[in-house]
Amino acid sequence: MTTTPRWRALTHHHLFWPVAVLVILLLVNVPFTPDFFSIKMTDGHLYGSLVSIVLFGSPLILVAVGMTLVIATGGIDLSVGAVVAITGALTCSYISDQADQSALSGVFLAMGIGLVAAVVCGLWNGFLVARMGIQPIIATLIIMVAGRGVAQLITDGQIITVNSEPYKLIGGGYWLTLPFSIFVVAAVVAVTVALTRRTALGLLVESVGGNAEASRLVGIRSMRIKIMVYVFCALCAGIAGLMISSNTSAADGNNAGLWIELDAILAVVIGGTSLLGGRFSIGGTVVGALVIQTLTTTIYTIGVPTQTNLVFKAAVVIIVCLMQSPKFRAKVFGGRFGTKPGAKGGTGQPAAAQAEPAAATEPAPKMEVS
Amino acid sequence: MAEPQPVLEMTGIVKEFPGVRALSGVDFRLFPGEIHALLGENGAGKSTLIKVLTGVHSLDGGTITLSGTSVRFDSPSQTQQAGISTVYQEVNLCPNLSVAENIFIGREPTRFGRIQWKRLRREAAELVDRLGLDIDVTAPLSSYPLAVQQLVAIVRSVGTGDADGQGAGTKVLILDEPTSSLDRDEVLELFALMRRLKDQGVAILFVSHFLDQIYEICDRMTVLRNGTLVGEHMVSELDQVGLIQLMIGKALDQLEELHDHQLRSDVGESLLQADGVGRVGGVAPFDLEIKKGEVIGLAGLLGSGRTELARLLFGADQPDSGTVTIGGKQVSMSAPNDAISEGVAFCSENRKTEGLVPDLTVRENIILALQASRGWTRPIPVAQRDELVAKYIKALDIRPANPEARVGQLSGGNQQKVLLARWLITQPKLLILDEPTRGIDIGAKAEIQKLVVSLSEDGMAVLYIAAELEEVLRLSHTIGVLRDRKLVAQLANGPEITPTRILETIASGEHQ
Repeated sequence: MTTTPRWRALTHHHLFWPVAVLVILLLVNVPFTPDFFSIKMTDGHLYGSLVSIVLFGSPLILVAVGMTLVIATGGIDLSVGAVVAITGALTCSYISDQADQSALSGVFLAMGIGLVAAVVCGLWNGFLVARMGIQPIIATLIIMVAGRGVAQLITDGQIITVNSEPYKLIGGGYWLTLPFSIFVVAAVVAVTVALTRRTALGLLVESVGGNAEASRLVGIRSMRIKIMVYVFCALCAGIAGLMISSNTSAADGNNAGLWIELDAILAVVIGGTSLLGGRFSIGGTVVGALVIQTLTTTIYTIGVPTQTNLVFKAAVVIIVCLMQSPKFRAKVFGGRFGTKPGAKGGTGQPAAAQAEPAAATEPAPKMEVS
Repeated sequence: MAEPQPVLEMTGIVKEFPGVRALSGVDFRLFPGEIHALLGENGAGKSTLIKVLTGVHSLDGGTITLSGTSVRFDSPSQTQQAGISTVYQEVNLCPNLSVAENIFIGREPTRFGRIQWKRLRREAAELVDRLGLDIDVTAPLSSYPLAVQQLVAIVRSVGTGDADGQGAGTKVLILDEPTSSLDRDEVLELFALMRRLKDQGVAILFVSHFLDQIYEICDRMTVLRNGTLVGEHMVSELDQVGLIQLMIGKALDQLEELHDHQLRSDVGESLLQADGVGRVGGVAPFDLEIKKGEVIGLAGLLGSGRTELARLLFGADQPDSGTVTIGGKQVSMSAPNDAISEGVAFCSENRKTEGLVPDLTVRENIILALQASRGWTRPIPVAQRDELVAKYIKALDIRPANPEARVGQLSGGNQQKVLLARWLITQPKLLILDEPTRGIDIGAKAEIQKLVVSLSEDGMAVLYIAAELEEVLRLSHTIGVLRDRKLVAQLANGPEITPTRILETIASGEHQ
């Protein structure tokens, strides 16, 4: 393989590896499902595996987009799954108490209540992390564990079912031939990109995550930035919670959004945002989330036994992470996929590259400081 | 003192890091029952020498002889077993455990696999008692002040190397800046302990930035500079001026020649007034006035409190006494924001850890301070931003002149210019530069110095910190002299102010 400048520029684009993995995973399905890429129009709705992947992946994309900003500040949010459950539980229990479950005003009020609860969770996380200085993994663990209990309390330990046409639209309905949730996701992603790149928020988030002390000395109010980011992440999780409960027309405090935080973190990492904080890529995260969802779909289509599908998933994730690690590529493929000259391990590299963060970010040993 | 056999002898020690020779052929010897000071400026190789000796770093050349036998340590625990104990600046003990547990942690007396608590407490008490300390060994370590914890750390390291707690195992004790966070009384207590250990025949290697302490407690000293041995002297035979010359590496008359200054004396009205500003463990309370268009240089050895003083004026550390008034308004200094909003800018000496955000581009790093003051909702318009960045890249000649380049990939001098640009863009009233020319090449150095002069001509006040005296003398209207974390003198620059004069002020600490 010759490395023309064009090819080199392509492989060096930060989205190259996530997209390549996504394409490969999609192609793997073709031998098992020959019409994998076909999309049919039935009853004015588009159907097909690709549409399903986006539809079922929507909540994950939402959660992962919020998680991206938290991770970019050098934090992590484990509570998103619980927030999904709380939001769904509150909204559904409010709707189910209405005489007319399909009344628009009631549905909007219910969703408002759910999202306010999500924001409160985010404020709590942000308060613990930014104000109290508690490590993010511990601070958010609190709601991760307690939140499911709260959701169970709201639903009295039952699965609450609702029968509301307008509410069903968010996660299970169609609009302009496409699943409505795709529009929700597109809107949230667009708003996030605008919020971070049209204002200075993205720059300040990257600065806080890239070098917290330098950011403090330059006068960035990192406390505010961090609280905002945790609130935003919880809000995204809340919207995902609406979507999940709407899709099944039920709120399950125990199982809604279970383990979604881990998939979301994985999606962020596959998308090229470093767990050490700093540079982030919303586009990369969306692709990363699609990779995870495609993987889940692939597991079903190629018929991996359900008992072993987590093992299979783990194996693929390891391969993906290794492929994205410049160190691994240099070892296995030589310089063919050329690592970026002078690229720091800090940003744009997935978890596998973080195995030795010290070695990657400090090329030369520190000189003594006496 | 008669010349007995040295307990420790290091000969021709070489240590290399990629691209840097940290130690080249250093000789060092240590006699039993002496307190030996290891001196040199930051980066001279003191810590590297200690780390090579204690097995933290591997040896690239040379030999180490302990009690007459050649040794080679691969890990700190081997060193400890051989009788060399080290106490670092930071206390590495467990504050939640009792004093006795801390002393014996990892080598508790056991019987059938069970810890003998009574024996542990009794032996800890005996050890503490023998060293003349009044400490309740059953109390948790955290109930004692930092100074006592430091003493416990020493007791622990002296007790190491022998399971029966007789203290005979330790031949060499290394104290790496143990006094930096202690007050005067606490230092005296530490010295008393050091003297008792010395009388018991322990050889003590003492590292401190406080010259007075060296002269108070040490018998002999070894001076390093740039990784080479400059000399070994009896403390009684070398005065402080001579010592400072050795450390800096220039004879006084040589400094004299380099010295020539041409400064304007037209400084404006008062800008910043510090009254009794100080911080425990940082710098003693000081008064300082900075006028518009004035360059104040800070002179003093490394570790004398120059950086600490600058950080207090910026709010990077919070003063615990005194008031700062900027432009007639008292500023709370609870965070850098307070100083920044009054027009104070600060370029830290640690470019990498406290200045740059290495993953961001040159452009992003340059606009960071301005953007931070505008808040996230008001981004700098793209056209204005690009124009500003281009202007400063050009004015400061930042290379490569590519705003999209990652700042982590630039050379040291260009990184420094990026940081300067970051603050100049905010048009500060007072610019604090801490070692802006350290580690950058001659050309960039001259450019930065020229820039400081022209900024002050435009009315900006500058607080300038540099290791080189002639640099400070060339640029400053007023020179603040620091010694042992105290601002001991403020000298108006003039023909009578020479490097000699400043060195004498540093050495004698007069004008108090």
